[in-house]
Amino acid sequence: MAINRNFRTCPTTGLVFHEQADRLIRWNAVAGVVSLLVGGVLALLVTLTRWPAVHLLPADWFYLVLTAHGLDMLVFWIIFFEIAVLYFCGAVLLRCRIAAPRWAWLGFALMVIGAVTNNVAVFRGDSSVMFTSYAPMGAHPAFYLGLILFAVGALIGCFVFLGTLVVARSEGTFHGSLPLVTFGAVTACIIAIFTIASGAIILIPTFLWSIGLVSHIDSLMYRTVWWAFGHSSQQINVAAHVSIWYAIAAIVFGAKALSERVSRTAFLLYICFLQLASAHHLLADPGLTSNWKIFNTSYAMYLAVLASMVHGLTVPGAIEVAQREKGYNRGLFEWLRKAPWGNPVFSGMFISLVGFGFLGGISGVMMGTEQLNLIIHNTIYVPGHFHATVVVGTTLAFMSMTYFLIPVLFRRELMFPGLARWQPYLFGLGMSSFALFMMGAGTLGVPRRHWDITFAGNPLGYEFPGTAYLMMGIMALSGIVAVVGGIAYLLITVGSVFFGKRIGGSEFKALSVREGRASPPAPQPVAAAITGHGSIGIGGFVAPGTFTLALVFLVAFVLYYFVNWKYLSTLWPLS
Amino acid sequence: MAAPQTIRPEDEADEPVPAMQQLLDNPFLLLFIGIAMPTVLYVVWGVMEIVGIPLAR
Ligand code: HEM
Ligand SMILES: [Cu+2]
Repeated sequence: MAINRNFRTCPTTGLVFHEQADRLIRWNAVAGVVSLLVGGVLALLVTLTRWPAVHLLPADWFYLVLTAHGLDMLVFWIIFFEIAVLYFCGAVLLRCRIAAPRWAWLGFALMVIGAVTNNVAVFRGDSSVMFTSYAPMGAHPAFYLGLILFAVGALIGCFVFLGTLVVARSEGTFHGSLPLVTFGAVTACIIAIFTIASGAIILIPTFLWSIGLVSHIDSLMYRTVWWAFGHSSQQINVAAHVSIWYAIAAIVFGAKALSERVSRTAFLLYICFLQLASAHHLLADPGLTSNWKIFNTSYAMYLAVLASMVHGLTVPGAIEVAQREKGYNRGLFEWLRKAPWGNPVFSGMFISLVGFGFLGGISGVMMGTEQLNLIIHNTIYVPGHFHATVVVGTTLAFMSMTYFLIPVLFRRELMFPGLARWQPYLFGLGMSSFALFMMGAGTLGVPRRHWDITFAGNPLGYEFPGTAYLMMGIMALSGIVAVVGGIAYLLITVGSVFFGKRIGGSEFKALSVREGRASPPAPQPVAAAITGHGSIGIGGFVAPGTFTLALVFLVAFVLYYFVNWKYLSTLWPLS
Repeated sequence: MAAPQTIRPEDEADEPVPAMQQLLDNPFLLLFIGIAMPTVLYVVWGVMEIVGIPLAR
């Protein structure tokens, strides 16, 4: 069959879309948003149950709904959207046809079948094993089968992305190195391949165990290999949302990375070290030595954290430089005050960046320290931490990207633009406060995944302080604000995609390989190269505002870290 | 002779590509590193420790 070489050029952005890539990106994004819808309804139910004053669901439903919420959000919403991001960063940014579109559709079909199968298993009621599904707790075989099918589909997606890079290189649709955003997507894809392989290594035997072909699954072995999947998949998210930060900085401000070399090296640190941090989930497990734990968490993890801090600085730094060059050069923060705070593409991305760094990053380093981990292990601090990373960080970044994609990819005008202005604030700030109060309650010892912290009717009770109940209440209220923000997002995206006013002017046309070649890069005047960022900044710093923010971050980091050591020393009075 | 006024792409092609850039430009080498590091340091090392735990009797 002839290769589909139909392309269209977006008149407003100049981005080039291959017909099959265009369709695949849209379908994967839509499947992601459907998962988000299901997961969001469940989020509300879980939150209303963990609110002690409401305590909505009975125990069996609580664990069922919690299992489904974790899977629909963290696995299905995020990974469907990530496959869309990979295809976008591959085919669209490289102006290239997507490799093997039929394989890509097969992968998509497997992912849909897998997601549905897994959900059916959970809603049958005999698979409320949480998304970690620790053996020897057993679920229905369809639970594991669904996850395996989904993973195989996603793996195919990763290879289609890598294949697209090869096609782009051989058809000459770009020159030199990959664009930075695509390089970030390569990082995400590499981590995804390790993640999915680990998932297969552990879930296939567990599936065989569930149908009786394997007699025994060792629980520690399960946890160790499972977390190579469970943690690494969070690192796909990090690499993906960092790429989106860079993309949005470029889209909204025309910002260029301060130093491509530094940013690329930071992505390389992710490739080398981020996945080793999986060990932080096993810090409280006996059986693994401190050598293994500390090498993988402290040593390796800090290098990965360093990379995140590099990204967390270079993205706002690039924005600051771009803004100062536009003339917003007064004082430390004029560039930030005059940023387009009413544009959800920017505001969502910036809240994602700050929330990820301050809430998710600092708490993550604290938890990843072997000794400090004991303070919060298995408390609701843990979901507090990861709602800051994976919801404020990843989900909000994906949401802000959607606002850019609706006119460009779906060719529809955004509906409810007034609501869209507010959506990132409702969702981002609601979620930040939700995460913060979860962490507060967790520090007081409130357990995660727990149906009733009053322990009513239990022979061995425990009385949590009143502050813990207060914090759980504020947590729930903030969660409801975030749910309202989530509903707004769904209303805007679904409304625009189905009922938004069509934008014309961009039809698919066949394009030969030769026509698709990238033109050679324009010669750069020497003068511009030498005098770049000549007259901006303060006292020799081109980005003094970002530098100040970095100092604030470091102070917060150090204080919080030491407060926790102090707190640890009071937990077991030795005198 | 007039000094060249621009950095032309052809000039860049003459210079050898630095090793680090060659690494960063090769997704498949990166893929190898990204699989090998965690497989050895996390999975294999971890599994060896678990297998080495003496059985209770
Ligand atoms: C408005 C949005 C959301 C709200 C209000 C919310 C609320 C909650 C609550 C209350 C819990 C239960 C914590 C516990 O009892 O241990 C929970 C668990 C969880 N949430 Fe969310 N969530 C939201 C969005 C998300 C998103 C977008 C993701 C992923 C991208 C996510 C991933 C998870 C995971 C993985 C768990 C843990 C499940 C488990 O322990 O097995 N949540 N969420
Ligand atoms: Cu983790």
